[in-house]
Amino acid sequence: MEATSLTYLNNGHGAASWLLTRDHKRIALLYLISITAFFVIGGFFAMMVRLELLTPAGDLMSSETYNKMFTMHGVVMVFFFLIPSIPATLGNFLIPIMIGTKDLAFPRINLLSWYIYILGGAFTLVSALSGGVDTGWTFYTPYSTAAANSHVMTAALGVFITGFSSILTGLNFIVTIHRMRAPGMTWFRLPLFVWAHYATSLIMILGTPVIAITVLMVAAERALHLGIFDPALGGDPVLFQHLFWFYSHPAVYIMILPAMGVISELVTAMTRKRIFGYEFIAASSLLIAVFGFLVWGHHMFVSGQSTYAGFIFSALSFLVAIPSAIKVFNWMATLYKGSVSWDAPMLYTLGFIGLFTIGGLTGLFCASLGLDLHITDTYFIVAHFHYIMVGGSIMAYMGGLHFWWPKITGKLYPEWWARVSAALVFVGFNLTFFPQFIVGYLGMPRRYHAYPPEFQVWNVLSSAGASILGVGYLIPMFYFAWSMRYGKDAPANPWKAKGLEWEIESPPITENFLTQPIVTEEAYAYAAKEHGPDHGKPVTA
Amino acid sequence: MTDFVDSSPAAAHREPEPHDHVVPLPVYYAVFAALMVLTFVTVQAAHVDLGHPVVLGTKIPMNVIAALLIAFTKASLVVLFFMHVKYSARLIQLIVLGSLVWLALLLATLGDYASRGWLGNPGT
Amino acid sequence: MSAHATPGLQHHFRDHAQQKSAVGLGMWVFIAQEVMFFGGLFLTYAVYRSQYADVFALASHHLNTQLGAANTVVLILSSLTMALAVHAAALGKKQQTVLFLVLTLVLGGVFLGVKVVEYMEKFEHHLVPGPHFSGHALGLEGDRAGQAQIYFSLYFAMTGLHALHMIIGVPIILWIAWRAHAGEFRADYNSPVELVGLYWHFVDIIWIFLFPLLYLIS
Repeated sequence: MEATSLTYLNNGHGAASWLLTRDHKRIALLYLISITAFFVIGGFFAMMVRLELLTPAGDLMSSETYNKMFTMHGVVMVFFFLIPSIPATLGNFLIPIMIGTKDLAFPRINLLSWYIYILGGAFTLVSALSGGVDTGWTFYTPYSTAAANSHVMTAALGVFITGFSSILTGLNFIVTIHRMRAPGMTWFRLPLFVWAHYATSLIMILGTPVIAITVLMVAAERALHLGIFDPALGGDPVLFQHLFWFYSHPAVYIMILPAMGVISELVTAMTRKRIFGYEFIAASSLLIAVFGFLVWGHHMFVSGQSTYAGFIFSALSFLVAIPSAIKVFNWMATLYKGSVSWDAPMLYTLGFIGLFTIGGLTGLFCASLGLDLHITDTYFIVAHFHYIMVGGSIMAYMGGLHFWWPKITGKLYPEWWARVSAALVFVGFNLTFFPQFIVGYLGMPRRYHAYPPEFQVWNVLSSAGASILGVGYLIPMFYFAWSMRYGKDAPANPWKAKGLEWEIESPPITENFLTQPIVTEEAYAYAAKEHGPDHGKPVTA
Repeated sequence: MTDFVDSSPAAAHREPEPHDHVVPLPVYYAVFAALMVLTFVTVQAAHVDLGHPVVLGTKIPMNVIAALLIAFTKASLVVLFFMHVKYSARLIQLIVLGSLVWLALLLATLGDYASRGWLGNPGT
Repeated sequence: MSAHATPGLQHHFRDHAQQKSAVGLGMWVFIAQEVMFFGGLFLTYAVYRSQYADVFALASHHLNTQLGAANTVVLILSSLTMALAVHAAALGKKQQTVLFLVLTLVLGGVFLGVKVVEYMEKFEHHLVPGPHFSGHALGLEGDRAGQAQIYFSLYFAMTGLHALHMIIGVPIILWIAWRAHAGEFRADYNSPVELVGLYWHFVDIIWIFLFPLLYLIS
């Protein structure tokens, strides 16, 4: 038996040492647990939706209840799972380590961010448990302010509160990355994971406040019958949409940029090859963050904004695809002639690249004004964004969790089960969402609990896929938990990867480093050809 | 990779921070005086009708423009001198500029309202 | 390991210089997001003012321009005293620092007092948006009364949010003044005074825009 050394996991026991921690690594774990809980809740609502859609008739639940199901699914998944997921868990854990420092710039604000997140989540749960919201996660007015008979206020306030968790996280990351880098860690030696989170943080700071003030106005209007967004009282519902989407479009880049950062790390580590086009990937992260703010009107092509504005937003939406494409090309070039290992992180990476590409390309369909007239508010749109958010973001999140699991917990997960789960996720995902492209194109509207019988076959395929997908997500929850107790101890660098996080123990000590590291080489400084004795052999539990 | 170092090369290129430069008191008083004058001007200007010249088919409310220009000048004085941005690191100046650009971007929403009817059917 | 003997130095920072530049940057990033937060209200205001120009003008005339202008002077003066407080702190002058911070507090209190007076007047004339709103005091009814309610919704939202920021700022300034009085700050450690100064100046800037936009519609 090895002597138990003091790691961040056993440095302090008891609830207080976790709930009052300032250690970014412990805060990351607090987030990991809460985010997983919200994922399960959001998944439950998805299950309700897919169950209803097994049959054309609206027979499982009333339309009002169905409206609540897809609304709660969206609200929980967007605000309480996807937006925090990678930044609050992997970002919080890894950024200080990757840049060679002891903690984020503001550890107490980091803890505060988590408490704010929990408070916002509590409001939303209260809303759900008192009967839920039925406005769609988009809270369009005047339905949300005047007509809806559901718990809009609590949900809106929950979103408002949670927004500040996001803002404070972004603030923390920006200051940390600017001011806390280790000696020698110049901007262009930073891991691309850090660049991705820097770009994400810019969006969090500049975008989130706008939705914050907007939901506050919605809450005020609902409470006092003001008329800011209600046409009957002189208000303008299109103004609400402008304000809402000004944040919510960049928000989707908050959801994908960190995922891209993870993929950049995985693609290089799992092929043991220096990433192709480092500067291009770093620059494209910033470009995506900036361009992402220029295209919000593409959610409003049919809402009544001016045709001229629609034309401009359509053109800009085509442009925003370019930096994403640049990333995909660079990842592919990295894979080419790389020493590819087929472990779970790599499987998720390959899944990401394929599915994100499909999702991104279908985005171009949506960006096209004429075509969007036909497919807007149909399942085509639903499929498009799920390809990116689930096929993209969640796959990257899973890949990242697996990749860094040994570092975070000091344990190895069971590789065979991980590969099976990755395969189930891939198959389940495509079976769930590809039919939705078809049925959407054929005209099935979204947010309807009943549909014409000719669409049933696609819906059944989709629901079947969703069950497989669900299993694919459930299995890792079990083996990750299992590994904490029964998994093999992980070495410091099980993947033989480059990066400061792999030069410290697994799990790390509270201060991360025994002495201040000094960086002297580029990121991903793999030798031209790495053919050591472990070449091609995965490290398995 | 794990040497311990007391002062890093990075610290040597640290840009001058606000506290490195103490703004002389007369500057503060001059700025304050300017702000008072501008406040007086903006109140007076509100009593004068500066007209609505038509540019590119839209009526420009000159009073609003004047008020905003004055307010922007006052704000700039506060930012540059009271908040020391004139003497601050480039990064801080970039953040100030960036916030203004992003605010302008949000306000570009007004472009939607202004361009209704430019293409397509009237009212669209 | 690095010396923790320096008072006020958080353990994860290398030295005071790094801490100071980090907290300064943090406050500016916070201010940047505040710009966007208020920005949503400014956009809403701009849209409705351009659509309901005459009702907005009518409603604006009901505001007390003298009180608004006086408050503007008070707030700008408080920015001066705050700048003088930061100046004194940078030179290590404890008593001056406390004096100017307290003056800032007093001026802030005056501003808020005037706002209370203004709000109460609105309340008396049934101009507070909500179930008791009436366009009667302006001679408006029907749609135009609704438009006036939008104006007053924005008036209360914008000045209210601004006042809330001042209400939050006041105890913070009090706390910093207390710490200054206790001798916590020196010429080489006075970030807290600077940071609260930045916050206070930002609040002043918001008012510099609110005053002409809400009070001076001709």
